[in-house]
Amino acid sequence: MDIIMCGVGGQGTVLASRVLGDTAMKQGFQVRTSEIIGMSQREGSVVSQVRIGHDLNGPLIPDQAADFFLGFELAESVRNLEKLGPQGIAIVNTQKIVPPSCYLGASSYNEPALLDYLQKQVPTLILIDALELARQAGNLKAVSAVMLGAFSAVYSEIAAAEIANELIEKLPEKLKDINTRAFELGKTYAEG
Amino acid sequence: MTRKLLLGNEAIAHGAIKAGIRVATAYPGTPSTEVFSTLINFAEEFDFHAEWCVNEKVALEIAYGAAISGARSLVSMKQVGLNVAADPLLTGTYLGVKGGLVIVVADDPGPHSSQTEQDTRNFANFAKVPVFDPADPQEALDMTIEAFNISERYHLPVILRPTTRVCHVCQDVNIPETYFTSPKARFEKGSDYVIFPNVSRRKHSDLIDTLQNISEDFSTSAFNLTEGEDDRGIVCSGVSYYYVKEALQRLQVKPAVLKIGTPYPFPDKLVTSFIKDKQSLLVVEELDPVLENEIFRLVGKTGIKTELHGKNDRLVPGVGELNVDLVEKVIATWLGKSLPEMSVAEKPELPARAPILCAGCPHRASFYAIRKAAGKKSDVVFTGDIGCYTLGTMPPLSAVDTCLCMGASITEAQGIGRAEPGRKTIAVLGDSTFYHTGIPGLINAVYNQYPLTLVILDNSTTAMTGFQPHPGTGQTAMGEEVPIVDMVKLIEGCGVKSIKIVDPVNLKAAVQAVKESLDYQEPSVVIMKRECINLPGHKAASNPVFVDEQKCRDCGLCVTEIGCPALVMEKGQKPRVFETCVGCGLCVEVCPFDAIQGGGR
Ligand SMILES: Cc1ncc(C[n+]2csc(CCOP(=O)(O)OP(=O)(O)O)c2C)c(N)n1
Repeated sequence: MDIIMCGVGGQGTVLASRVLGDTAMKQGFQVRTSEIIGMSQREGSVVSQVRIGHDLNGPLIPDQAADFFLGFELAESVRNLEKLGPQGIAIVNTQKIVPPSCYLGASSYNEPALLDYLQKQVPTLILIDALELARQAGNLKAVSAVMLGAFSAVYSEIAAAEIANELIEKLPEKLKDINTRAFELGKTYAEG
Repeated sequence: MTRKLLLGNEAIAHGAIKAGIRVATAYPGTPSTEVFSTLINFAEEFDFHAEWCVNEKVALEIAYGAAISGARSLVSMKQVGLNVAADPLLTGTYLGVKGGLVIVVADDPGPHSSQTEQDTRNFANFAKVPVFDPADPQEALDMTIEAFNISERYHLPVILRPTTRVCHVCQDVNIPETYFTSPKARFEKGSDYVIFPNVSRRKHSDLIDTLQNISEDFSTSAFNLTEGEDDRGIVCSGVSYYYVKEALQRLQVKPAVLKIGTPYPFPDKLVTSFIKDKQSLLVVEELDPVLENEIFRLVGKTGIKTELHGKNDRLVPGVGELNVDLVEKVIATWLGKSLPEMSVAEKPELPARAPILCAGCPHRASFYAIRKAAGKKSDVVFTGDIGCYTLGTMPPLSAVDTCLCMGASITEAQGIGRAEPGRKTIAVLGDSTFYHTGIPGLINAVYNQYPLTLVILDNSTTAMTGFQPHPGTGQTAMGEEVPIVDMVKLIEGCGVKSIKIVDPVNLKAAVQAVKESLDYQEPSVVIMKRECINLPGHKAASNPVFVDEQKCRDCGLCVTEIGCPALVMEKGQKPRVFETCVGCGLCVEVCPFDAIQGGGR
């Protein structure tokens, strides 16, 4: 099972990939995750790759091979879409994080064109406003909990409760309730 | 046996703990940093000493000192760190060690976050140091333990060389229960740890014999695997081994595979027996053609007839990372197989998303002040350095003209000024970098009377690599409070007569300080002092700025002058402030119409 998570540094893709990795390991699977830690975390593009299964090879997912694609940000989802396999499911957060290069006139952020591209290219696409759901849960930073919740609704090999528990275990006390709510909101949305 | 999901770097730390290390040292650097930051968490429990050092040379020498006293020691760094530590490495290998010494040096194919794509396996060969090359976190843990054994058995330092895709990969790893208890350390006088030309000759000769023995040992090492039988063979190493395996499964072909985990000294016997009946060989490795060139040597030595493909004939790319797709294409070409074309529909334009200085980063204010002081159209050369502040090269700040290696801002400035007398320079570097290798260059400027203008961006941390403490912070790796090594006294001690300390967000004072320094005829230093906003414990914005739309005249200077990610202005609209604003107040100072208000802590 190959899962791609992409977004912008600071959105919580690293946390999400560790949560999935730990849950899967405890269920008896082998796990490989990979991310680039460093400069790109300063609001740059980030990609996490998670592989779960038996007899795994290396950490990197080949092009057009991912079974699941979690896009934490609209433009980043388009940027990395070649990783998604033809039968894969994509869950894309419609949140826009517009880089300063756009305000300085050096590049542009064309939201309709990006959405249109996703809708044309991805047969199984779930668009989700994870930022709004995180807001409803009580904290804008709970986007990754919303995304994990949505993922748990479409991924059948591990029970959603296991993923939720692993996430909550990794968080400080005061964030547990908010993230539990965020996870549930994401899950309910993707089921609906 | 405990099973845990571990980052490669964490796995190395666990290996070192199981191997019974007594001393651990490091200077941070991506992708190596988490080896040491993991060790810190276990130092008390397992009773070993751990310290962040001021640079890699210092770190290696301390670990070496411990090792010649019989203590198992580990030092970790990124690949360019080994350039700084090269001197003790080469001589230390001649003189040898008593307790095991493992040097973890992380390479970065790509490169993702490094100045070069240098290959530490070649460095090991140059320095005549045995090297282990892990393919995944599990192997990184196992090799760390074995590296200590080899180091002690042969009295040599040993390098463990993980790459980014081992360091920053998580895997379910088995941690052994067994634990090595090292004997009590004691430095024995009279044993020969003094290098002299005559000692060197003897030691060099012994070293060559030892390496021969290790090569024999490595020929039977469990870290070198042979899989399958065929007259076509692939030789690979590190994470490339997995790319090869996956590509072979996808292509459904079965050439023989040899994976080398011990590239130096090369396991001649094992490789000779693998290549002797091959009609064609392909070598798949990242960075330099190290295995490939060794096989060329073997072919010359043995007279074996075989085709040899890899980097030398450009079948395998000479730069950048490998991955499954790339390796699959290489193997297909090698075997004359065709691959189905993958088509990707053309994408709409994507926004450029380069890393940038954070909202509220004090470096932004410093660079803005430096630019102002130098004058808008000025010809002043800004010699920069390595740290978060290298991002000051991006527009609109554009205040970094050079970046070579740590500490070079101060010395490049002197070279430029000497070559072009009268040309003004401003050298800019961070606090951690100043303590790392900045000080000798400053002393040189005083000694040789260069009218240096040096700006130190003191954000009270090593931000780039994840907020490590340094001598100026008054904290050790273990979190102890210690007296700070006072930067001002240090600079005074070097003989600098003009030293100014300013808060860069106090723009007028900061600009004035740099101007005066530029006019000063002798070496002078401006310390821009303001804490990194990401420091744990830093108070988040209590007072973000807001735009008074009545006063705003849409000039856009607040955006175009400083490029802060918390402040944006869309066409035809007033500037907008995001939640990420920490209220540093730089934009308040920049607005000519007093239209931005609030801010300040
Ligand atoms: C020889 C060497 N060692 C380590 C590194 C990794 N590295 C890059 S910048 C940096 C430190 C930067 O700290 P500082 O100068 O305080 O600037 P800041 O990032 O805090 O702005 C380190 C350790 C390197 N590039 N070269």
